[in-house]
Amino acid sequence: MIEERFDAIVIGAGMAGNAAAHTMASRGLKVLQLERGEYPGSKNVQGAILYADMVEKIIPNFREEAPLERHLVEQRFWMMSDRSHTGLQYRNDDFNEERPNRYTIVRSQFDRWFSREVQAQGAIVICETTVMELVSDAYGKVIGVRTDRRGGTIFADVVVLCEGVNGLLGTRAGLRATPKPEHVALAVKEMHFLPSETIEARFNLHGDEGAVIEAAGVISKGMTGMGFVYTNKESISVGMGCLVSDFASNNDTPYGLLETFKNHPSIKPLLEGSEVKEYAAHLIPEGGYKTIPELFGDGWVVCGDAAQLNNAIHREGSNLALTSGRLAGEAIFQIKSRKEAMSKQNLALYKKLLDESFVMKDLKKYKDMPALLHANSQNYFLAYPQLVSKAMENFLRVDGTPKIEKEKATIAAFVKERRWSGLFGDAWKLARAWR
Amino acid sequence: MALAARVEEKLYQNRYIVDAGKPHIAIRPHEKPSENLLAMTRVCPAGCYSETSSGQVEIAPDGCLECGTCRVLCEASGDITWNYPRGGFGVLFKFG
Repeated sequence: MIEERFDAIVIGAGMAGNAAAHTMASRGLKVLQLERGEYPGSKNVQGAILYADMVEKIIPNFREEAPLERHLVEQRFWMMSDRSHTGLQYRNDDFNEERPNRYTIVRSQFDRWFSREVQAQGAIVICETTVMELVSDAYGKVIGVRTDRRGGTIFADVVVLCEGVNGLLGTRAGLRATPKPEHVALAVKEMHFLPSETIEARFNLHGDEGAVIEAAGVISKGMTGMGFVYTNKESISVGMGCLVSDFASNNDTPYGLLETFKNHPSIKPLLEGSEVKEYAAHLIPEGGYKTIPELFGDGWVVCGDAAQLNNAIHREGSNLALTSGRLAGEAIFQIKSRKEAMSKQNLALYKKLLDESFVMKDLKKYKDMPALLHANSQNYFLAYPQLVSKAMENFLRVDGTPKIEKEKATIAAFVKERRWSGLFGDAWKLARAWR
Repeated sequence: MALAARVEEKLYQNRYIVDAGKPHIAIRPHEKPSENLLAMTRVCPAGCYSETSSGQVEIAPDGCLECGTCRVLCEASGDITWNYPRGGFGVLFKFG
């Protein structure tokens, strides 16, 4: 179907793929991007929060054109018990700035816009095409791809794998292993539509301001997981995710957990009267630094979720995808400019750029967190939230009990549940992994 | 269970182009399902997996959300084969 040869083939039109394709095409490289969905974004699922800095580095004036929902001025972290939440809430009017830092977006709309920008730079984007396999030469160098459309191999100097968390091409070619159940979370999400005035009144917002709730605690039934509520312009994204390994050994269904979360007395009033228009599910890489596979080889690089580049602690993924895609594009451009081969040795430049960026530095910082949270999920997600709720209730309810006795009861409850050694141990382990 | 019944209602909101007669996930014939394969009857977010009266696990992937959970749990053991649907087919997220 396509006779010509490309400088680069990009697999996938998500954040990483679009960043890579835009970076290379805007520097004059001949780029082909292949996407299996009907249109770019039709297979992509995210919460979704967009981090402006990482988009600006690719499209500086994106705010003028991109479909953005709300800029975030408020963040709520909620620790949930069955009927209560204990919250940490941060709101800052300085987030109402000329160039806001974070926005909510609707992925399929944003990705469509992003793809138009990629095409405007001269990249050829072909949708409704699933790439079936990578094609290698006799020496194992990747030289092209074969798709499910008629026609033979499409050749390129380098293949940029931005194929998402499932990354079938890379795993089938033996470039990396399938993620393990304890290293990916399954998240389910619904889009709840409400008039914008209703959303603004319920979340105390004005105009395009937005708010985020991130919730953890008994809602995940002792599994490593969390729930979220994001305000879009005329809709609210509500979701819930837990590690796949936890789901496999637990009796709950993902949609059952989502229903319980939506019906929590702290969440339910926010969604009252909404119309649900979509239900989605997606895997999120959660294994962190220790699960990052080989990132480059002869004739290929891998970016974004396919490379497990996700910061589970800060719930950041799209910015790591955008940055890794951009850096892969820059590395390939540099190698091409020097008229050198897309060999493993030369493509190591991509890893070098990634190591120097926040992507690898952040993931390295939290390298011990995923395993810690997984191993101690019963304590961190079930025991402590209940203890904290009880302590708050004890603190606030006025019933004639002397305060000294209330305090003793609260401390006794913590010690009974975890003993002093457990309490100090949990705090120490958390602090050390956070460092 | 009331909640389990509701997953069909959730899927009803979604847009799909089903590749009729070409399911992208297949289960290896078995007499007794493995633990992970049986778990899919609960864990699949689209409720595609179900247990037959004779104790085998079967799949109807029309409502598949292409998340890959079953692939992560059941592909390595050979319990299932998992492919992406043909280009253009499968779930098409309006919002994503």
